[in-house]
Amino acid sequence: MAHSRKATLTAYLFLTPAMVLLLAFAFWPVGFGSYIAFTQYNLIDAPVWVGLENFRELFDDELFIGSLKNSALYLIVVPVIQVLAILLAVLVNNNLPGIKFFRAAYYLPVVTTVSVIGIIWNFMYNDDGALNAILRWLHLINEPIGFLTDDRIALFAVMFVTIWRGLGWYMVLYLAGLQAISADVYEAATLDGANAWQKFWRITVPLLLPTILLCSIMSMLAAVKAFEEVQIMTQGGPFQSTYTALYYAYEFGIKSLNFGRALAASLVMSVVCMLLAWLNFRYLQPKNP
Amino acid sequence: MSQAQTMSAIAPSSATTQQHGLRSAHLRRIVRRLPHYLLLSVLAIITVYPFWWTLVTALSTTGDVYSFPPPLWPQDPSLVNFIEVFDTIDLLAFYKNSLLISGATVVGTLVICSLAAYPLARMQFPGRKLVFGAIIATMILPAEINFLVNFITVSKLQLTDSVTGVVLPNLAGAVGIFLMKQAFEAVPQDLIDAARVDGANEWEIFWKIMLPLAKPALGALAILTLVTAWNQYIWPSVVMTSPENFPLSVGVQYLSGSFSFKTRVVAAGAVLTVIPILIVFLFTQRYFLRGFDGAVK
Repeated sequence: MAHSRKATLTAYLFLTPAMVLLLAFAFWPVGFGSYIAFTQYNLIDAPVWVGLENFRELFDDELFIGSLKNSALYLIVVPVIQVLAILLAVLVNNNLPGIKFFRAAYYLPVVTTVSVIGIIWNFMYNDDGALNAILRWLHLINEPIGFLTDDRIALFAVMFVTIWRGLGWYMVLYLAGLQAISADVYEAATLDGANAWQKFWRITVPLLLPTILLCSIMSMLAAVKAFEEVQIMTQGGPFQSTYTALYYAYEFGIKSLNFGRALAASLVMSVVCMLLAWLNFRYLQPKNP
Repeated sequence: MSQAQTMSAIAPSSATTQQHGLRSAHLRRIVRRLPHYLLLSVLAIITVYPFWWTLVTALSTTGDVYSFPPPLWPQDPSLVNFIEVFDTIDLLAFYKNSLLISGATVVGTLVICSLAAYPLARMQFPGRKLVFGAIIATMILPAEINFLVNFITVSKLQLTDSVTGVVLPNLAGAVGIFLMKQAFEAVPQDLIDAARVDGANEWEIFWKIMLPLAKPALGALAILTLVTAWNQYIWPSVVMTSPENFPLSVGVQYLSGSFSFKTRVVAAGAVLTVIPILIVFLFTQRYFLRGFDGAVK
C-alpha cells in the first residue's frame, strides 16, 4: 500500500507542470471567459455583473451582425480547399521523378509566417501588382481591381489567401489517407475492368471518407474562426467590410479593452463551432451498410 | 555462311531494335505523364510564384517595381535592399528575440510534454484515465476564448512584454503529450524491468532509458514546435508591447508600416524573415510531409 501511494505521488509529480499549465491556460479561460461575457470588464477595475447586457448590445450592433455574416460567408472556402487539396494529394501520390519538389512547393505557404504572407499578398493585390497586370494583359479588365480596397471584393481576396496558405496542410492529411488505401483494392478493380474515373469515385472517395470528415471539420472551424489574415491585410476594412466574428472580438478585447463584449462575441462563436462539429459528425459519418 | 556468322550478323541489329524499343517506351511513359507534370507545374506556380516575385524584387535594384511583364530574374542584382533593412530596423534584435522565444518554447515543450507523457504511458496510478482524458479534451475546448483570457491572465501575472508571457501558454499541448506517450509506449518492457532489478527509480528510468530511446519523437516534436513558435504572429504581437522585444514575425510588420513606399526594402525584410525557417523546412521536410507517420518513424 505504501509503495503504491509512493508510485502515485511520483506519477503526479511528473504530471504536475503540464497539469498546472493546462489548468491555467486551457481550462481556466473557458470558465473565466464565460463569466466575463456576463460582466463589464476593462482589465483594471473589478468585473461588474451585467447579465445578458453584452449579448443584447452584441446583437443590436450592426457591425457584429455583419461580422457574423462574413464568418458564415467564409465557409465557402471549405469546399474549395477540400476539393483542391484532394486533387493535389492525388497528383502527388506517386513516385514520379521530381514529385518531392512539388510536394515541398505546395507546402511552402504552410511554413511561412502569416505576417509575411500578408506582405507578399499586399504586393500581389496592389493596383499595379502581378494579379492586376495579368488580368490587364489578358484584356479582362481596363481599370485595376482594388482587391483590398474595394469593399465588395476585399473579403473574397482575403479568403483566397486563406485557401492559398491552407492547401498544403490538407494535402498532407489527404496524402496520408490515400497511402493507407491498399494497392490490392485498385488491382482488383483494374482486373474487373474499372477505369481511372470509376476507381476514383468507387474506391478512393469512399475509403477516404474518414479523412474527408476530419478535414472538413478542421477547415470549417478554421473558416468561421478566421481572423489572422484580416488583422494582417485589411484590419477589417475597407468600410468594415472584412470584419469577421473573431476579428470583432479581437478589436473589442485587445484594442478597446471591452472584454465583456469581446468574450460575449467569442462565446457566441464557441457555440457556433460546437454546433458545426456536431453537424459534421451527425451527417458526414460514414454509414455502415 | 555458318550459323554463328548469321547469328552475329543478326544479333547487333536486334539488340539495337530492342534498345530503341526500350528508349521509346521510356519516352512514351514520360510523354504520357506530360499532362500530369503540366498540371503539377501550374499549381506549383500558384503557390511558389508570389515568393519568387518577392525574392526577385528584393534582389533587383533597377527598373519599376511593378513593371509588366514582371522580370523573372533579378535586374542588376545586389544586396543593397537587404542592407537597408538592417539600417531601418533593428533586425538583429528581432532575430535574437525570435530565437529566444522559439528556443524557450522548444525546450519547455519537450521537457513538459515528455514529463507528463511518461506516467501516462508506463505507470499505473489512480486517475490515469481521467488525466489523459482531460488532456485530450483540451483539443476540443473552444480555443477562441483562450486567446483573450490568456491575455488577461498574462497581464495580471505582469508578464506582458516578456518572453515568459509569450512562451508559457504554449508549452503544454495535447499533441506533444500524445506524441511522446506513443513513443514511450513503444519502449520494450524488458528494458524497464532490467533497470528496476538494478535498482533504478522512476526518474532514472525516465532519464536514462525513456528519453534516449524516444529521440526520434523528441526530434520530430522539436522541429514541429520550432516552426510553429517561429511563425506565430498574433499572440506575440499582443503580449510584446515594446518594439525592441518584437520577434521577427511582428517586427517585419513594423518595417512595412513605416516604410511601405520602399517596396524593395519591405520585400527584402520579408525574405530575411522566412529564410531561416524555410531552410529548416527544406532539411526536415519528411516530418511535415508525412504527417504523424513521419513524426513517429
